[in-house]
Amino acid sequence: MAVAVMLVVIVVVVFCIFFLIPQWTGVDPATMYVGKTSDAAAVEGIRQKLALDEPILIQVFEFFKGIFVGRTYAAGGDVTNCAMPCFGYSFRSEQAIWPVLTDRLPVTMVLALGAAALWLLFGVAAGVLSALKRGTLWDRSAMVVALAGVSLPIFFTAMVSLAVFDYGLGWIDSGFVPFGDSPGAWFQGMLLPWVTLAFLYAAMYARITRATMLEVMGEDYIRTARAKGLSEPVVIGKHAMRSTMTPILTMLGMDLGALIGGAILTETAFSLPGLGQAVLKAINERDLPVILGVVLITSLAVIIANLVVDILYAVIDPRVRLS
Amino acid sequence: MTELSTSGAAPGEPAVPASPATGAFLDVRDLKVHFPTDDGLVKSVDGLSFTLEKGRTLGIVGESGSGKSVTSLGIMGLHTAGQYGRRKAQISGEIWLNGRELLSSDPDEVRKLRGRDMAMIFQDPLSALHPYYTIGKQIVEAYRVHHAVDRKKARTRAIEMLDRVGIPQPDKRVDSYPHEFSGGMRQRAMIAMSLVNNPQLLIADEPTTALDVTVQAQILDLIRDLQTEFGSAVIVITHDLGVVAELADDILVMYGGRCVERGPAEKVFYEPRHPYTWGLLGSMPRLDRDQTERLIPVKGSPPSLINVPSGCAFNPRCPYADLPKDDVTRTVRPELLEVGSRHSAACHLSREQRERIWTEEIAPKL
Repeated sequence: MAVAVMLVVIVVVVFCIFFLIPQWTGVDPATMYVGKTSDAAAVEGIRQKLALDEPILIQVFEFFKGIFVGRTYAAGGDVTNCAMPCFGYSFRSEQAIWPVLTDRLPVTMVLALGAAALWLLFGVAAGVLSALKRGTLWDRSAMVVALAGVSLPIFFTAMVSLAVFDYGLGWIDSGFVPFGDSPGAWFQGMLLPWVTLAFLYAAMYARITRATMLEVMGEDYIRTARAKGLSEPVVIGKHAMRSTMTPILTMLGMDLGALIGGAILTETAFSLPGLGQAVLKAINERDLPVILGVVLITSLAVIIANLVVDILYAVIDPRVRLS
Repeated sequence: MTELSTSGAAPGEPAVPASPATGAFLDVRDLKVHFPTDDGLVKSVDGLSFTLEKGRTLGIVGESGSGKSVTSLGIMGLHTAGQYGRRKAQISGEIWLNGRELLSSDPDEVRKLRGRDMAMIFQDPLSALHPYYTIGKQIVEAYRVHHAVDRKKARTRAIEMLDRVGIPQPDKRVDSYPHEFSGGMRQRAMIAMSLVNNPQLLIADEPTTALDVTVQAQILDLIRDLQTEFGSAVIVITHDLGVVAELADDILVMYGGRCVERGPAEKVFYEPRHPYTWGLLGSMPRLDRDQTERLIPVKGSPPSLINVPSGCAFNPRCPYADLPKDDVTRTVRPELLEVGSRHSAACHLSREQRERIWTEEIAPKL
């Protein structure tokens, strides 16, 4: 319950700050909403429509009310309806934000989850193997690859993978196709983005896994497990892995939360119509309502991810469990 | 890879009653455990031999880094199990347990002996128990590795063992996590876990070091009672002479990876024949000593195990190193020689010299 309250408070605070930014920067928000080229009458109309001359808390309240009951923007005879759930309305692109979010979010989520599955599988496996074969050629090469993965910017790996596998070898026909149109083409389109994104994270996870695993394998309870006569697969797979998973799950929660906000670079490089691309476009066009909607979704995702991590923590580590 | 000794039973060969030469239950011969490091070869144990019979307790004493724990882990085969990476411990010699040579045996066969025929109690029960599993689960696991029984039966056995080691309400405590136990309770649980399969050899590595003084005595009593009950052979490893005085039938004093003195406990306590043992006894607090009297530390620090001092490893710290002629203490490594019945020591001082120094200089000060 306390967590739920905290969640609401954080969302509201994040949101208030966002509402305040235009005022701090001294830019008339109405101008931002409608664009600089518009005439004074249009700007004034927008100001009234969005209730921008009202106090900030009323504006925030109106916004959140809109989520639950919908909202009608009216100025004079000009009426714009935004059906429930109304996450705002973009007067630039003349569309409600919610459909944009529901349209974009699944793409981003599929990208993030697919990549997460890949990087968990390969990153953790490589990390464990490196730890077990510490100091060997395998370990060194894996860590060099991991270092490359961490260091290479995603727009670089994305371009290289596109150049090699699509334009060069022609193995993959990249480009986003909705799942409903053709699952096969969709999968092909998602493959490179998944791999590219996963490469970066797998590298980080491999390094963390290796370090944690090495630390855990030096623990006394691992020696105890061997002293009991347990076979090595059980010692590593059960006793050592259980402890190694703790920091990995923490990282996973944070990373997934952050990625839901949009893997801007990956989505842009592969032209995936996800949240990241939408927000990038919105930033370029100063389309405030879209940014606002995405920020709301992102902060929600991060908070929920943290919550899930906290709960998982308690499941894994009995010492964290509350009495 | 482990350097295997050439003698001994082939892997898988049925166990013969006892080791050929001595017939002892546990017979360690010329055990060497070396670790290659960047700085050189660390000779943690360098030629250690001893025997132990069932129902007897051997106390291995020595300061940190003398090779006590390395020896016990060597017997358990824990230097080769779970060794990953490029550098591996080099182990040679022979370890005969109940007629079977362990170093030349198949590692998987040795693994099956671990926990069943030989078990170990570790120093710090909090870190030696897995923090994420309940006490019960860990004991059940230890039992089920070696017994094909279902969880329920194993759980009953775990509760029985917890009861035996004196944990109150064992049927409830079985579901507790290690962090919910007190230090003494954890060590009791650890003992319950190591004894769950009735091992014939129990190695207790500093079993009371991490515990409160009041709990120490209880744990020692428990170990002694259990040994009488199960008739197992026990090795107690400690730097605390009080612990061996309490438990051990025989004492083996280690210094720099070698045995410097061994013999029956009363001999080593009352007629020690090695200057290092004198030093250990002098640094032990005693109730019958005047309170104002200071403890006498052994001067200097433990030897480097990479560049072990030539000759007698103890010579840089030994106040009597100059007594023997021809600088022999610095050039020739002393052999472990008989100084009495079942009592031997490795020292260049003549028997007469040692008897005189002990009775005239050392014993009166203790």
